[in-house]
Amino acid sequence: MFATVKSRIIIIAFLVVLSVASLIPRKVTIREKGADGIMRDTAIVRVPLKLGLDLQGGMHLGLELDQSTRVSADPKKDIELALQVLRKRIDEFGVTEPLIQKQGESRIVVELAGITDPGRAKAIVQRSAFLEFRITDRTGALEKALPAMDRVLRTAGISADTAKTAQSAVQKLLQGDTTKKGADTTAASGGVLSSLIQTQGAAMPGEYLVPVGAFPRVDSLLHLPDVARLLPRDLALRWSAAPVSVGVQSYQLLYVLEDRPMITGSSLVNAKAEIDPVTTGAIVTFELDRAGGRKFGEGTGRHVGDYMAILLDDRVQGRPPVIQSRIERRGQITLGGKTLQEAQDLALTLRAGSLPVPLKIVEERQVGASLGADSIRDGILAGLVGTALVIIIMIGYYHLSGALAVAALGFYILFTLGALSMVDATITLPGVAGIVLSIGIAVDANVLIFERIREELALGKTVRLSIDEGFRHAMNAIVDSNVTAVLTAACLFEFGTGPVKGFAVTLIFGIVASMITAIFVTRTFYMIWLQRQPALSTLSI
Amino acid sequence: MRLFANANYDFIGFRRYAYGVTGVVLLLGGIALATFGLNYSIEFTGGTLIQVRTEKPVDPAALRSALDREGVVGAEIQQFGGPDEFVVRARTAKHGTDADNTQATATAVTTALDATLGNGHYSIQRTEAVGPKVGGELRQKALYAIMVSFVIVLIYLAVRFEWRFGLAAVIATAHDILTTMAFISVMKLEVSLVVVGAVLSMVGYSLNDTIIIFDRVRENLHKYKRDHFADVLNRSINETLPRSILTHGTSLATLLALAVFGGEVIRPFAVVMFFGVFTGTFSSIYIASPVLLAIEKRWPGADARGARQVKAAGQRTPQPVGTR
Repeated sequence: MFATVKSRIIIIAFLVVLSVASLIPRKVTIREKGADGIMRDTAIVRVPLKLGLDLQGGMHLGLELDQSTRVSADPKKDIELALQVLRKRIDEFGVTEPLIQKQGESRIVVELAGITDPGRAKAIVQRSAFLEFRITDRTGALEKALPAMDRVLRTAGISADTAKTAQSAVQKLLQGDTTKKGADTTAASGGVLSSLIQTQGAAMPGEYLVPVGAFPRVDSLLHLPDVARLLPRDLALRWSAAPVSVGVQSYQLLYVLEDRPMITGSSLVNAKAEIDPVTTGAIVTFELDRAGGRKFGEGTGRHVGDYMAILLDDRVQGRPPVIQSRIERRGQITLGGKTLQEAQDLALTLRAGSLPVPLKIVEERQVGASLGADSIRDGILAGLVGTALVIIIMIGYYHLSGALAVAALGFYILFTLGALSMVDATITLPGVAGIVLSIGIAVDANVLIFERIREELALGKTVRLSIDEGFRHAMNAIVDSNVTAVLTAACLFEFGTGPVKGFAVTLIFGIVASMITAIFVTRTFYMIWLQRQPALSTLSI
Repeated sequence: MRLFANANYDFIGFRRYAYGVTGVVLLLGGIALATFGLNYSIEFTGGTLIQVRTEKPVDPAALRSALDREGVVGAEIQQFGGPDEFVVRARTAKHGTDADNTQATATAVTTALDATLGNGHYSIQRTEAVGPKVGGELRQKALYAIMVSFVIVLIYLAVRFEWRFGLAAVIATAHDILTTMAFISVMKLEVSLVVVGAVLSMVGYSLNDTIIIFDRVRENLHKYKRDHFADVLNRSINETLPRSILTHGTSLATLLALAVFGGEVIRPFAVVMFFGVFTGTFSSIYIASPVLLAIEKRWPGADARGARQVKAAGQRTPQPVGTR
């Protein structure tokens, strides 16, 4: 079927049409978030080549389960669960063509292209969104336990003064002079904790004030096993999400809560961000499912007059409100001083469900869109200059045959890009370098053939015979060298990550396309040439 | 125009000097590697990189002390491209934080930038934060890729040629990797993912070059059955010389374009590959071919193409093979 010029031209034309068709700018449907915040399908027209994050700008995150606070019972299952939750969240967040996939056994990779606010995206991905409602303690259990706690600490050798000197330089820097103040008051009351945990200024039972500077220290002291044991088993300590200011001092609030939550976020069916008409602050209203509503109703019914803390990821949100009456399926979370967007993000994560175990970011790459655009421009410039140099060398050295090789090079570039578009490969910055470099290497097959033809001509063979023999003899070298090159590129693809994978893909397609163009297209050119001038006695090579 | 047409250089006869040159280069390279070491990018060591474009020039000292204050000690600050663009690299995590938690460090760096430049007076172009675990995995993967590609090439060449050719090609390629690593070390280039990609492409390129010569050797062994093996090697190298010059020329031309116009991220790739073209060419001629000769002498295969000729030649002339 390759015998006649006609059949060859038909095959080449077919490849050209196929490549051009796959590169024609076309309508691509993407899911995008409109100005009103609703996801919908929109169609845009563009060249269907997929650009990597390093070229179009975006964020790449590698996530793993963070088991420092909560140990996962079944990491495999938790990763799968987290994957589902992340898919839901990111779909709602509204990123075009996000990539969310598992990498290996224990890692999740999230790629978000073209996002403008990376911090916000990270918060949405990382937030556990573990919602709980708990009743605050009104028995004054912490006050009763404080003297015993201080005694334990003193026998352990931790008093206000030694604790102060044991601090690292960084902690001192962070806490400033608040520790000094703490130390002063210690002299009066005698205990570390009772000097730092204040009841004065608390708005309700079970609420305590800790100066913001002393918060890390108090937290670590309260977590000492001997100290934690002194609090009744059915109670737990939790911190407020944000500090409050009383006068000039700002305080972190410490709450004593029932250990068992009345209800958790798993019963949630809907959550919406709103503006409270009275306070004009952002709130999130939620709705529970039927079973959750019943449980919540019973719980709140039993605790009318008590205070209920709303915990998100183990932090108390706002100041716990008093339960006025039985609450059924609807309720609201007041977010002190947060913006509406933050409330919207919280509602989004609540709707999408909570992560079974918090996630930590082990790898993060971010590229700004402008840097990506610069990279594309640089890559195209380098490609043009490189191609120009190759054209000069080829035509200068091989004359008319060199021009044929250059024409074949045009087909080569078209076929490579067409193939990349067809298999939906992602073009990365190293990939661009690969394409440019492969232009220089792609002529190798033609060079091999031309050198062979010259050798045959030097032996005194006719032009027609020399061309036939030249192609035939060069074939072995072309096949062997290109197959090894594809094999090493395949290794690069298999073991490389992200950008390097993109490089390997362009390399592989480049090698295959260069073989097709050198062996098939250039040969066809020669055949046409010989058909036009059958009596050709000297070859311009 | 024909360059090196009908060339007849005695490459193989020159091989003992070439061995000497190789030995000296490898020794110097080894010393360079031992003294300078390799400067791995944070992709491999773990750490945080932030590329910043500023409105006005920055005083690196002020930024460094701000970083120290934030607990990010020993960060590198480097200009990148123009005077208004620089890169902050912190290889160690923020003081007192979990090393695998890259977030604390990234936040500390932005806090330091806010303090020195003022919030909104700079734009972050690129961020990379990699935990040490991920970096370690990556190093392993790169090593794996090279090893596996060696094995695959050995098998392929053993099938298409014979094992002697495969072994010679792999030894030549190992030489290229060593010299390229030494080059990276001497030039103080950063070993990033892109540079590892360049080393692996160099491996492919060098193998390619070696195979072109070996293909000629295979062909000439059939054609000139009575010739000395060393002569066949010499003839093959000389015959492929015009092709080598042309292909290396076009490759170097595109690499030059990449190095000059391709931008900061691509430049190291182009520079390493540029060097790779030279070392690859050298090793194809002076390592792969003489090693092939040595292997044939050491393990002359009964049925191996060319092995008989070496033996026969050895019997005919008492002289060592290849010296004339």
